[in-house]
Amino acid sequence: MLLTTLMLIPLVGAIVVFLLPTEKASLAKQVALGFALATLVGSVFMLLGLDNSIGGLQHLESHDWIPAFGISWTLGVTGISASLIVMSAILVPVAIVAGWWDVKDSSQGTVKGYFSLILLLEVFIVGVFSANDLFLFYVFFEAILFPIYFLIGRFGGPQRAYAAMKFLLYSLVGGFFMLAALIGLYVVSSRQLGQGTFDFQTLTTLNIDPGTQKMLFLGFFFAFAVKAPMVPFHTWLPDAAAEATPGTSTLLVGVLDKIGTFAMLHFLLPIFPEASKFYAPAIIVLAVISIFYGALVAIGQSDVMRLIAFTSISHFGFIVLGIFVMTSQGLSGSSFYMVNHGFSTGALFLVMGYLVSRRGSKRIADFGGVQKVAPILAGVFLISGLSGLALPGMSSFISEFLVLAGSYAVNPTATIIATFGIVLAAVYILWLYQRMMTGIPSQEVEEAVTEISMRELIAVVPLLAIMIVLGFVPQVALNVINPAVEQVQMYVGVTDPEAAVTSEGSGS
Amino acid sequence: MKVCIEYQALAPIIILLGAGVLSVLIEALIPPTLRRTIQLMLVFPSIVLAFAYVVINATTQLAGDPIANGGQLKGMRELAAGGAVAIDGPGMVVQGIILLISFVSALLLAERQIDPQGDAFAARSSTLPGSEDERQFTAQGWLQTEVWPLYLFCVGGMLLFPVSNDFLTMFVALEVFSLPLYLIASMARRRRLLSQEAALKYFILGAFSSAFFLFGAALIYAATSSVNFSIVAGAMENSSQDGLIIPGIGLIAVGLLFKVGAVPFHQWVPDVYQGSPTPLTAFMSAATKVAAFGALLRVFYVAFGGMRWDWRPMMWVVAVLSMVIGSLLAVTQTDMKRMLAFSSVAHTGFILLGIISTSANGLSSTLFYLLAYGFTSVGVFAIVGLVRDASGESTHLSQWAGLGKKSPLLASIFALFLLALAGIPLTSGFTGKFAVFTSAVDGGATPLVLVAVVASAIAAFFYARVIVLMFFTEPPVDGPSVVLPSAFTTVAVGTSAAATLLLGIAPQPVLDLVINAGLFIR
Repeated sequence: MLLTTLMLIPLVGAIVVFLLPTEKASLAKQVALGFALATLVGSVFMLLGLDNSIGGLQHLESHDWIPAFGISWTLGVTGISASLIVMSAILVPVAIVAGWWDVKDSSQGTVKGYFSLILLLEVFIVGVFSANDLFLFYVFFEAILFPIYFLIGRFGGPQRAYAAMKFLLYSLVGGFFMLAALIGLYVVSSRQLGQGTFDFQTLTTLNIDPGTQKMLFLGFFFAFAVKAPMVPFHTWLPDAAAEATPGTSTLLVGVLDKIGTFAMLHFLLPIFPEASKFYAPAIIVLAVISIFYGALVAIGQSDVMRLIAFTSISHFGFIVLGIFVMTSQGLSGSSFYMVNHGFSTGALFLVMGYLVSRRGSKRIADFGGVQKVAPILAGVFLISGLSGLALPGMSSFISEFLVLAGSYAVNPTATIIATFGIVLAAVYILWLYQRMMTGIPSQEVEEAVTEISMRELIAVVPLLAIMIVLGFVPQVALNVINPAVEQVQMYVGVTDPEAAVTSEGSGS
Repeated sequence: MKVCIEYQALAPIIILLGAGVLSVLIEALIPPTLRRTIQLMLVFPSIVLAFAYVVINATTQLAGDPIANGGQLKGMRELAAGGAVAIDGPGMVVQGIILLISFVSALLLAERQIDPQGDAFAARSSTLPGSEDERQFTAQGWLQTEVWPLYLFCVGGMLLFPVSNDFLTMFVALEVFSLPLYLIASMARRRRLLSQEAALKYFILGAFSSAFFLFGAALIYAATSSVNFSIVAGAMENSSQDGLIIPGIGLIAVGLLFKVGAVPFHQWVPDVYQGSPTPLTAFMSAATKVAAFGALLRVFYVAFGGMRWDWRPMMWVVAVLSMVIGSLLAVTQTDMKRMLAFSSVAHTGFILLGIISTSANGLSSTLFYLLAYGFTSVGVFAIVGLVRDASGESTHLSQWAGLGKKSPLLASIFALFLLALAGIPLTSGFTGKFAVFTSAVDGGATPLVLVAVVASAIAAFFYARVIVLMFFTEPPVDGPSVVLPSAFTTVAVGTSAAATLLLGIAPQPVLDLVINAGLFIR
């Protein structure tokens, strides 16, 4: 019941915040923060309750929902999903604190509506990472669109309606393809087992013929690639991330996009091992293209929010690369990458949000010399940025290294090309820093940009601390992740190539 | 042969048609001021009583049930009226759905608070539109209570249609429920010319399609010497008269596909949905579809089941056309009622997937879809009828801008219905689509399901567009407002919304019902 409870806490929170009477509406933030923190405590409790010697599902609970279709309410977590849930549970209160004054009551939406939607989003986030009935997963996968749609469409920038609609349509189209594949999988299971099922663990035992696997794989993969997003299905992300409030962007890029890569790792590989191996070379090519395309386009951006969105597309290339090389290092690197990326991109969006709300512009050219006016703010930005470019000592370095080390054994060419992505990462981050932070502050910057406030610092410091701590003791996270990675490898039936560079703790 | 009438099995039909006759007498004998009250006191109890009989028939086991029992559901399975009517599980489910929808729609028809001049129907539909007579009758507050006998006959015909067991009974039922619809369609209080034009179109095209149906039945009779479904099915197996049978099947399909509004027999749908009085549109979009699909299921499962390899290609084409053309044309509409009409054409395509499966799964999933779609459709048109300005309903899409700000509750319920029509999870529409698609994949129609998925994606766009319009745009200055309805419409909308949610979140009891309904009897 732990996982259901973990969903109930933010759900109750969302309802309470929504129902706050108008005269008490100013309490919405405090109440929402309280519920978000309670969820965080619960999720840490859940993580500590994991047995790290088991790779399979834990905290498992299962209740019939629609027996006629073999649908059940099955929740469970592996080390990977548990880490992602905790990561999300950290980001939600952070986004709430950071966005304390970002929204105001307007004809479009109220402050309490905003915070209520964020809590509702958290309900579905926990659900989507812990669902182990594919139908239930699909329901959360789609349901999550609605809070995020309203968060973008009601509380964002001037182009928000366009961005929200684009996001919704991309996701819906992806979702419909997944639905088609889901139906196909259900029919396959009902032919093999007599009674159709969506239970993840049962589905991994099916023996699906390779032709069917390939068809079904494509349906799921398309939906996940849109969500991730991978080039060429990525164009919704920059629009959405640039128009949303910084808090929403943090959750959108930091958490929601992980659903795609998480689902590839957690569902696609175990259920369609043959098809995964068949498509892996093509997907690796797409991943490398994403790495480069994202990085190059990021360098060319003049809007800072869009820039960060494009760097994420580059990062997702790395994550997908690590998943589809299917080595233990690649997989644990990708899993760890997902967690790190949540923190570092979250921090970047928040710091940029601070700057943008001060200056009232998202154009990079409107900044310059910020470090003279607000040195701490600039420092915080630098640390988040360095985490974004995977500097050694930051947690993202460990994960990027693991991904590249793991993929070298399988596909040296792709790995060598991908390594150049790191150079580009240095370019987009450091050049951004140079343009925005160094130099002589213009008069507007001097007037508008003030030093980071205590509230803003409280929101972002935990993220920085986690990035640095996990950079020095990655073992804490890898110990949780690795058993789950081994389990995935076992489902797929792959072992590491002999010559693989073994890193400490990769468990192979 | 001794022909006896199984009164209990036929009770729902007899009650409705009997009430229709009584209702005509009321029109003749009761003074105008009392008519409406007395009509309502007749209509609602008779629908409830008929529904009670359907439930009784569905739950009581007849002693020595002579017919092989296909499902696990207890209840009546018998050929009544000398084999002209087949009361069986699926038939009773369809009857139940029709009665539920009729009850809810009757609530809408009885509403007279949303239009300051009276109910949704012309004060005297015999007066010329725009004439002095019309103005006087309207000013004096006359109500056209003839709607009620027509409505009762219509529902009675609909109850008979899906349980007809031969082509002639089916034809009679078809006419019994169609003729009142043509009449009521012409009786709108506002925009009367549009309404009359719609009714005339509906009548002429409907008459054509009836003729096709009858011609098809004649050809089948020529080939098999019978109009009875089970005899026809048996005779077809060993028949060499393909030259008669194949055109016969095609012509009968034309008649039935016209009624469900499938492409290329859909041209009447947008005009009639738009022109008819909105409560009737609600009723027609739901109940006509349910009744006609019930009949389509019976004909193509029982009479033509053995010929499925011959008619499937035709149905594939019709299903693909309906889904694709319905969705694409809906995108281009600027009138709410027309958009919903094209969306209903697309839904016809989805439901046809269940017919094409010709399996137990196909049958049960189609029944579920019909129930889910029926409630959503009634609800959606009920709300369309509430958004008005001084000249009547405001159906142009631009007039719906910003409705979410002026009437958040109503706009939210409308959004719920649209999401259900789009097939978003946790709504009844999703469960229905899922069931139908699954049965189609299982029946080997995977390419059709892929088309259906693409069509759903297109459809999601125009439903989402309306939601965006309601919630994310500023209301126009002189925009329409939402009229506060009386309890009639409130109950109707509430019931539909509850059913839409319930069938999405906890569909298991209803799924059990449709699965246990078993197969058609022969």
